[in-house]
Amino acid sequence: MNESQIAEKVQARFGAKVLRAYAFRGQAAVTVAPADLRDVLVFLRDDAELQFEMLMDVGGVDYLAHPDAESMDWRFEVAYQMYSLSKNHRFRVKVAVREDALDVPSVWDLWGIANWMEREVFDLFGVRFTGHPNLRRIMCHDDFVGHALRKDYPINKRQKLSQPAENILCAKPEHA
Amino acid sequence: MSADGTQVQPIPSELLTLNIGPAHPATHGTLRLQVQLDGETIVNMACEIGYLHRGFEKQAENCQYQLVIPYAERLNYMGPVHNSNAWCHAVEQLLGIEVPARAQALRVITSEMGRIIDHAVCIGTNLVDIGALTNFWYMYNYREKVYDLYEELCGARMMVNYPRIGGVSMDAPDGWFDKLLRVMDEMHEAVGEVRALVERNRIFMDRTIGAGVITKDIALSHGVTGPCLRAAGIPYDIRKAQPYWGYDQYEFDVPVAQGGDTYDRTIVRFREMEESVKIIKQAVARMPDGPVMVEDHLVAMPSKDKVYNTMEGLINHFKLVMHGVKPPVGEIYSATEGGCGELGYYIVSDGTPNAYRVRIRPPCFANYSTFPKISTGGMIADAIAALGSINIIAGELDR
Repeated sequence: MNESQIAEKVQARFGAKVLRAYAFRGQAAVTVAPADLRDVLVFLRDDAELQFEMLMDVGGVDYLAHPDAESMDWRFEVAYQMYSLSKNHRFRVKVAVREDALDVPSVWDLWGIANWMEREVFDLFGVRFTGHPNLRRIMCHDDFVGHALRKDYPINKRQKLSQPAENILCAKPEHA
Repeated sequence: MSADGTQVQPIPSELLTLNIGPAHPATHGTLRLQVQLDGETIVNMACEIGYLHRGFEKQAENCQYQLVIPYAERLNYMGPVHNSNAWCHAVEQLLGIEVPARAQALRVITSEMGRIIDHAVCIGTNLVDIGALTNFWYMYNYREKVYDLYEELCGARMMVNYPRIGGVSMDAPDGWFDKLLRVMDEMHEAVGEVRALVERNRIFMDRTIGAGVITKDIALSHGVTGPCLRAAGIPYDIRKAQPYWGYDQYEFDVPVAQGGDTYDRTIVRFREMEESVKIIKQAVARMPDGPVMVEDHLVAMPSKDKVYNTMEGLINHFKLVMHGVKPPVGEIYSATEGGCGELGYYIVSDGTPNAYRVRIRPPCFANYSTFPKISTGGMIADAIAALGSINIIAGELDR
C-alpha cells in the first residue's frame, strides 16, 4: 500500500476525526486531536492490511512562525513516524496540540520507545504526556527554564547549569 | 546448613546503589547509569543522557541547508560520512531531485567505508571492555587506512564534509579506486583474522553468550534497528527494504543471528563489515561515468571556471551562497541505514533557505532505551559487555 492509500483508509475509518490530511512527494500524513490519538495508532497497528508494528520516531514541531499557521487552530504538532515490518510501508500520524491544552495521551505502554521520545518532546516543546511514568527532562538539565525548541526561545540564550539529580531510579526499570 | 548441622542465618544485607559514569571508561562517552545491586545482580537501573546535548536541531533550524552538512557529521562521529550523505539525501527528497549515478556510487562507497570503521571501533572497544586488547589495535590499524583514503579523496580525515546537496563535492582522484580495492582486500583479511580470534574463543563465548539479550518483542517495542535488530533475528535493513542510491543493484546479504545477545551482535557486525567490502568492490567494478553533481543551477554550485570567467556563473555562485537552496513548503521523513540502524531526518520546510524544523531520529537513542530493561536481572559485568555491543554514540544520542 502506498502512503496516500493508507491515508484514505484512515480517513474512511475515522471520518471527521481526521483534522487534516497531507501529502507531499509520495509521503502522506494525517493530523488528529489528542483524544483520538491512541485509537488511530492502535488501528494502524492492529489492522490486517496495515500492521504498523513499529513506532520509529516521535518528534514535535512548533508552527508559530510557519506559513501554514494561519490555517491551523493549534500551535504544536507531535509527529509519530510509523513503520510496518511485515508490509514494508511507512506512515505519519500527527497530533494537534493547542497552546492552552498541552496534554497528549502517552503511548509508552504500547511502544517502549515512546517513553524516552515523549520525554524529549516534553523537554524541548513542553507538551505534557498524560499517563507517562517518568515525565522528566531528558536532554536539558533539571532546572532549565523554558523549552528550547519552541520558536520563541532565543537560540543564544544561556542558562545556569544545575547539578545532576542524586537519584534517578524509578519504581521499575521499564519506567526509567 | 553448616558442617556441624546448625542452621546458618543469612547475613543481613541491603541493596547498593551505584553510579556508573558520566565519565567512566566503559561508557565510551558521557552516559550516566544508576544501578541498584543485590550482590552483583542488577535489580533496578536507570539511564541519564543528555550530557552531550549541543542543540543540533535548533542550530539546523537557524542556518541554511548546505551549512548543516559538516554539522551532521558530528552526529555519529564513528562513521561520519554516512550522516552527511543521508542529510543531503533528505534535502534532495524535499527538493524532488535525483543525484547522478556516479555521485550515488561515490556515496555508497563513502557510506560503506563509514560503516566499516564504525563497526571496527565498536567491536574493538567492546572487546577492550571485556579484556581483549589485541583486536582493538588490529581494528584501529585498518581504520587508519580508511582515513587515509578519505584524506586522498577530499583532504579531510574524519569530518570530511564530502557530499553536497545534489551530488558530491569532487570526483575521486586518479588511482584512488585501485588503492581503495587494495585496502579493501587487506580489510577483508583483517576482519577474518580478528573474527578468527574471537568467534570460537571459549573465553569470549562464555563472557558474551546470553549477556544483554534484546528479544524480538523488546526490539519491536523499542524501535531497535541496525545490527542490534538483526542480531535478534529480524532481517530489516533499509538498504534492502526501501533501497536508495541504487542499493537494489548490489548483491549483498543481510546478516542475521537468532539470540539477540552480545555475542550475536558482535558476529553480525563482523559479517556486515564483510558485506560492506563486497558492496564497495562492486561499486568500483561498475563505477558509472558522468558528472558528480546535478545540472541544476538552483541547487548545484557552478564550476570555479564559470565563477571566475562568466558573469552568470558569478551571480549564480553569489545567489547560492547568500540565498541558499529553497525547497517548497512541505515535509519529508527520510530514512537511511546508518552504522547503528535507521537514521531518519524529518524536515519541515517553510519555503525559505533554512529548514523550519529538523528532527533527527537517532538509531542509538532507540537502541539504548532498551538498556534498563535488558540489564535488570543480570550481572553487572554482563551489562558492561552489553553496553559496548549496543554501540552508543553520544553525539547521535544527545544531538
